[in-house]
Amino acid sequence: MERRKEVLAGLENFGLKIYEQLDKGYFPSIEMPSRSTENIYYNPEVRQFILGDRKVLRKARNIRHLRPFTQLVWTAFFSHELSAQRKTSTLRDVYYSAQAYEMKFKDQQESNNIITDLETVLRFSREDFNIFPEERSAVFGDLTIEYTVPGYEGKTLNLTSHPDGVMIGPALTSAEFVKTTADKVIAIEKGGLFTRFVEENVHKKFNAILVLTAGQAPRATRHFIRRLNRELDIPAYIFTDGDPWGMHIAMVIISGSANAAHLRELTTPDAKWSGVWATDIVNYKLPTDPLDAVDIKRLYELQRDPRYKDPLWQREIKTFLKIRRKAEQEAFSRYGLTYIVDEYLPTKLEETK
Amino acid sequence: MAKTTFEEISAADFFYRNRDIAGFTNPSRGVFAAVRELVENSLDAAESLKIPPDIYVRLSYTGEAGRETKVYKLRVKDNGIGVPPRHIPSAFGQVLFGSKYKLKQQRGTFGLGGKMAILYGQITTHQPALVISSTGMSKIYAYKLRIDIQRNRPLILDRRVLINKERWRGTIVEFSLEGDYGRAMPKILEYLKQTAMVNPYANLTFVDPKGRLYRFTRVTEEMPDPPKETLPHPYGVDVELLQRLIQVTPYRNMFEFLKNHFHRVGETTARKFLEFSNIRPSKNPKRLSHEEVVRLMRMLKQFREFLPPNASCLSPLGEKLLRAGISKELKPEFVAVYQRRPSTYAGHPFIIEVAIAYGGEIPRKGSFLIYRFANRIPLLYDEASDVSVRMMNSMNWRRYKVTSDMPIAIAVHICSTKIPYKTVGKEFIADRLEVRREVANGLRQVSRRLQRFLTRREHVDRERKRLDVFSKYLPKIAQFSTQLAGKEKNPDIKKLLRGVKKFGT
Repeated sequence: MERRKEVLAGLENFGLKIYEQLDKGYFPSIEMPSRSTENIYYNPEVRQFILGDRKVLRKARNIRHLRPFTQLVWTAFFSHELSAQRKTSTLRDVYYSAQAYEMKFKDQQESNNIITDLETVLRFSREDFNIFPEERSAVFGDLTIEYTVPGYEGKTLNLTSHPDGVMIGPALTSAEFVKTTADKVIAIEKGGLFTRFVEENVHKKFNAILVLTAGQAPRATRHFIRRLNRELDIPAYIFTDGDPWGMHIAMVIISGSANAAHLRELTTPDAKWSGVWATDIVNYKLPTDPLDAVDIKRLYELQRDPRYKDPLWQREIKTFLKIRRKAEQEAFSRYGLTYIVDEYLPTKLEETK
Repeated sequence: MAKTTFEEISAADFFYRNRDIAGFTNPSRGVFAAVRELVENSLDAAESLKIPPDIYVRLSYTGEAGRETKVYKLRVKDNGIGVPPRHIPSAFGQVLFGSKYKLKQQRGTFGLGGKMAILYGQITTHQPALVISSTGMSKIYAYKLRIDIQRNRPLILDRRVLINKERWRGTIVEFSLEGDYGRAMPKILEYLKQTAMVNPYANLTFVDPKGRLYRFTRVTEEMPDPPKETLPHPYGVDVELLQRLIQVTPYRNMFEFLKNHFHRVGETTARKFLEFSNIRPSKNPKRLSHEEVVRLMRMLKQFREFLPPNASCLSPLGEKLLRAGISKELKPEFVAVYQRRPSTYAGHPFIIEVAIAYGGEIPRKGSFLIYRFANRIPLLYDEASDVSVRMMNSMNWRRYKVTSDMPIAIAVHICSTKIPYKTVGKEFIADRLEVRREVANGLRQVSRRLQRFLTRREHVDRERKRLDVFSKYLPKIAQFSTQLAGKEKNPDIKKLLRGVKKFGT
């Protein structure tokens, strides 16, 4: 609740700064940290990417800045309306809403960029402005939450109440955690395996809250995993496909992305990547596909990435490059449908504890 | 063994057998050439008096002829100088008779065109021609005549004299001919439009067989000075011309002969030349042997000290009239015209005039509109072979900020006592070095002006766009920031917008 007031105040202050410059007869300008690649550094202390000291100055006097400048002011205005009225909106919504104010964005990418600018200027994430991406990730497990969204204040929900899981949307993101019996979080890349885990009662057998990332985890989901890890003080384990892309899904949950270098509180530095590892492919003799050229290129990129300097990651990258094969999570089905839950999962949870 | 027979044919007979030479190739070209020849005669007839021409052309349908050809009656009326009655039969009924054998800039050259049209009409329809003319005195003369092709003589079928109460002056020619107007129409209309372009002081009226009226109205009464007759320049003579001069000359020695019959040859030059060519000044030209005449011609061409011909015999349109003509027919946004200084090729003086027009009603069609004129007549065929078109194609237009998708029209006018046509069809100008250079320089000159225009306009455009951007976005910044800050009144941004304007221009 306090955060909402902070956000509103931040937006109002931003508007006031511009108003005052105009009122004094100046062309307004805004200073913000540069998000260019030269200004993105990996900070081992906070274990995520951060922005350096370089600043950019957006000036309304400059004709090339004028349009994005105006869009930024509009986005701030629009976000303020959303927060003040406790409404939420999606990135797509913002793109279309702009047209109602004759503030056309060229495409979705342009409007997304401006929203990122606003995040950078105010140092709040877009979810704080009630702007959410299209959701597709879900959570399932014994955790009781209490809503804070208008119309649901005080209502509680146990996250085992729906076998498909509960969508991690604006309402869940802003909910308070009430109580849980779980002692770990298991994040899963793919919907098929998430459903299997629910069917096989993984949440009971392993005392776990299951989170479906549905591919690369959205920011709200990353923030949610962080909250589970911090607020409930329970460890998080991540299961992905055994390929460079799956590996990176885990890494973004752990250490964040360069794109979100201007934001904090999206990472879970203590989360563990539990599989599928390249060495698992070898040890479990999993059915595989060959790595293609893009996979290999990606592996070489990751090998040089500061987030991957840990020996475990380096070992797995090397193994991938050696065996030149990849495997999906579903590959365990060759040993029967429950093998992954009965054999693989407990072994790996133990191994990465 | 077959016996070869030789027979002499008359000039009329020759053209009857070779009418392609004069442009009467087929029914479509025939009707086009007839209109064109008569219109040009009429223009010349008015211009020689420096009267703004009023020309009325009517082509009316009179019957079917063949599958694709029809019979038309062509009537052309002008307000020109008129033909003295005793010359009417020969002027219209005898090929190669005429006033156009002297050296000055003229539209036709041989006095052939008008008669070829009548001849063409006669051989396709067997109808006589009607010629009515008056020099503005008390009588009007009307002749009905036919050409005796084998003897090249006019046959007068009827002659009438009318009282000219209103002192009308001009000529009317009317005759029947076969043709295909349907196919000739686009060319005829284009011809008239382009003629109006280089004769902006003329009124042209055309009524076509369907009864449609086309009018090209003059925008000025001002006319270029008529060309003066001139003597032949020594570099331009041939043996035939020398022989003729020798026949008619009253002078009995070479010194006087040279001094009086050649352009830009005075006492000093004549003396120097005779020394150079080793000819006795007192030699009687009439006594020159054939070999000596040939040698004289060669020496004339070799002697380096003749002054170049001057351009007094030329009558260019002038920048003002060319601009008026282009503006009136094309209605462009911008015109640049340039008249080059006189130049010469092979002893013939010539002047190149160039115009470039941009925008307005000129269409964008992926290539430039090109108008070519020679002695104020449009050239409509064989565009690709013309020296100006070749020059345009080899120019680096990007240097002038010009691209082929721009709405651009280019006109090139060459005037000369002898147009360097490449072929007897007289439809395009030969690629002669001197002509090419003049055309190139003229094109560059007007293109530079177009470039300046385009640059300036681009600058103004950019400035306006800049201002538009500021006046679009600044108010929004003001509005949204005011609402965000929770203020009542928008800040005043008029001063800022004014600042942008001042800065920009």
